Amino acid sequence: MSTTNVVDNPETLPARRNQSVSQLDLIVIPVFFVLLAILLTVVWIYSDFDGTTTSILEPDRLWTQAQEQITVALWSTVLVIVLAIPLGILVTREGAPRLKNNLVTVLGLGQALPAYGLLVLFFVAFGQGTLTVVLALAAFALLPVLRNTIVGLEQVDKSVIEAGKGMGLNGFQRLRKIELPLAVPVIMGGIRTATIINVGMATLAYLIGGGGLGITIAAGLKLNRPVTILVGALLVALIALAFDFIGGLAQRYLRPKGLS
Amino acid sequence: MNPNPQGPQLEENKVTTPKISLRNVTKTYSGVDQPAVKDLDLDIASGEILVLVGPSGCGKSTTLRLINRMIEPSSGEIIFDGENVTNSDPNELRRRMGYVIQQVGLFPHRTIAENIAVVPKSLKWPKDRIRARVDELLELTGMDPNVYRDRYPKELSGGQAQRVGVARALGAEPDVLLMDEPFGAIDPITRFNLQNEFLRLQSELKKTIVFVTHDIDEAVKMGDRIAILRDQSEIAQLDTPEAILTNPADAFVVDFLGSGAVLKTLTLRRLRDIQLVHPPEITEQTGRADAAAQLRQSDFPYAVLLDDTRRPIAWVDQKNLDSSDSLDSNSRRIPVKLQPEDTLQEALSVMLQTSAGMSAVVDGSGQYLGTCTIQSLAELLTDQPVDGASL
Ligand SMILES: Nc1ncnc2c1ncn2[C@@H]1O[C@H](COP(=O)(O)OP(=O)(O)O)[C@@H](O)[C@H]1O
Ligand SMILES: [Mg+2]
Repeated sequence: MSTTNVVDNPETLPARRNQSVSQLDLIVIPVFFVLLAILLTVVWIYSDFDGTTTSILEPDRLWTQAQEQITVALWSTVLVIVLAIPLGILVTREGAPRLKNNLVTVLGLGQALPAYGLLVLFFVAFGQGTLTVVLALAAFALLPVLRNTIVGLEQVDKSVIEAGKGMGLNGFQRLRKIELPLAVPVIMGGIRTATIINVGMATLAYLIGGGGLGITIAAGLKLNRPVTILVGALLVALIALAFDFIGGLAQRYLRPKGLS
Repeated sequence: MNPNPQGPQLEENKVTTPKISLRNVTKTYSGVDQPAVKDLDLDIASGEILVLVGPSGCGKSTTLRLINRMIEPSSGEIIFDGENVTNSDPNELRRRMGYVIQQVGLFPHRTIAENIAVVPKSLKWPKDRIRARVDELLELTGMDPNVYRDRYPKELSGGQAQRVGVARALGAEPDVLLMDEPFGAIDPITRFNLQNEFLRLQSELKKTIVFVTHDIDEAVKMGDRIAILRDQSEIAQLDTPEAILTNPADAFVVDFLGSGAVLKTLTLRRLRDIQLVHPPEITEQTGRADAAAQLRQSDFPYAVLLDDTRRPIAWVDQKNLDSSDSLDSNSRRIPVKLQPEDTLQEALSVMLQTSAGMSAVVDGSGQYLGTCTIQSLAELLTDQPVDGASL
């Protein structure tokens, strides 16, 4: 019973964002970004920094950690896209229907694991380092993109595909000219979700030597310096919002013309 | 109104080879015991509209889709232009046959022009030829190219979308059109117009058309020949609409035709096919007494009033002649003049509208030719050999 739930949940909750929401996104995200940036500035200026806090919040360090965070998030997102979209295409082709549900089940189970556990598993398998983090995050964020690729391809009006077939377009041409363009808005929704997951999860990268802003947050926790925790978390949130804004732009401009 | 070529065309076809033949074709879907199409033999003549009609689920769509190999036959052969295409490249075959479906299936992310250009582009036509062809097809299907060329499908009404669907199917000048309930999802008035326009188009294009419908009225209207199908695409009767309506093969066909079968024959016959009658003809110059005498001697309740150029103006009865008013002011005007090409069905509706029970028939220049009366229609209907039809 519990396994069917795992399958059902991701299936019934496709991370799909429709157009009106995504257009609203392009206003809401910058607003949040500015608000958080103001909050960060206020915290930075009005908090009392003791020596420990000052050394943790060394700007050069923060900059390096932010770069690491971005690098990890970016590469794991690229990896997710490169893996999940072809996989989604493959399992939705005629003659491979059974694979699809199994795959979503397995990945659903994977996502039900705590992120920490997944990271440890990958650490055991691949050892320390940025590459391990990238692989672990990619595994974790695969499901939304895969699921949205499947949903996006399957929601394409069958009569449009039928008409394409009737005009002599072969399977590859139908995929390239009809199915993929019409699935783009839904697939992009999945990619945005994956991006957010990756930016957030990259905070755990420090656990296995992947660096990132997790270092600052963890130091704040260990040394009981709430300001550094807040600054680290706000920086992560700002990076996430920036990524999501770019995703929103892409979703808007990659969306084929003519769709309602 | 709908000059679909019938008699002479079919006689020609008997000697020429069929455009498309299905030979012993059977289709059994995987996971289904019973075949959807069983051992079907069917010849489709060049330039005809063959209608496949039958109850839902009898295998019409399956039969149609076997022709362009959207589905592969389990056994049997498909011959196209004398060539066995059962194992040829299906995509190449499909580009030679226009395919129109009820849901139209326009590409929503492509403009109208791009939709129509799909097959010409696959065939690598040069750009200007494609552009010219798109405009030509839009004109042909009654859509202004300047207005619609660059629009997207979501901006079209159902009827317009299906026009584009037909234009797209005609894109690369195929000889054959396969149409699966093309006007099935369209409101009755628009459907009526699309049917008429399509028949007019076909009278110019002379394509070979296989047309699927579940609507016997549409079948009678559109078909040069009709194949009435029962389960598993078994042909119950294959003949001209007239022959089927007047001489149904068996109880299944009678049942499928329904009780209006005899009335439907009116849609098939034209005024030029029947003998017109001639009530007395009078003009404003004819003396009243003379006119009254003529009318009394005839069997008709009305005389027809003609103007100087022999255009019919009004039906005049005894009472009109007795009154002192001018004839064309108080008599029954003739608002609608029929032409020999119009169907008897149209004649009947005109008669019912004007309540004179008569309709005047004129030639192309508007000159009076004769009259069709409700009695002549009734005689026609009852004289016909209608044995077998449930009346
Ligand atoms: N893809 C399919 N798989 C299995 N059975 C099908 C499929 N398509 C049609 N059928 C069955 O084949 C029969 C004929 O269907 P169809 O040709 O669509 O009939 P029609 O067009 O006359 O309504 C029906 O019983 C239908 O259920
Ligand atoms: Mg059907």
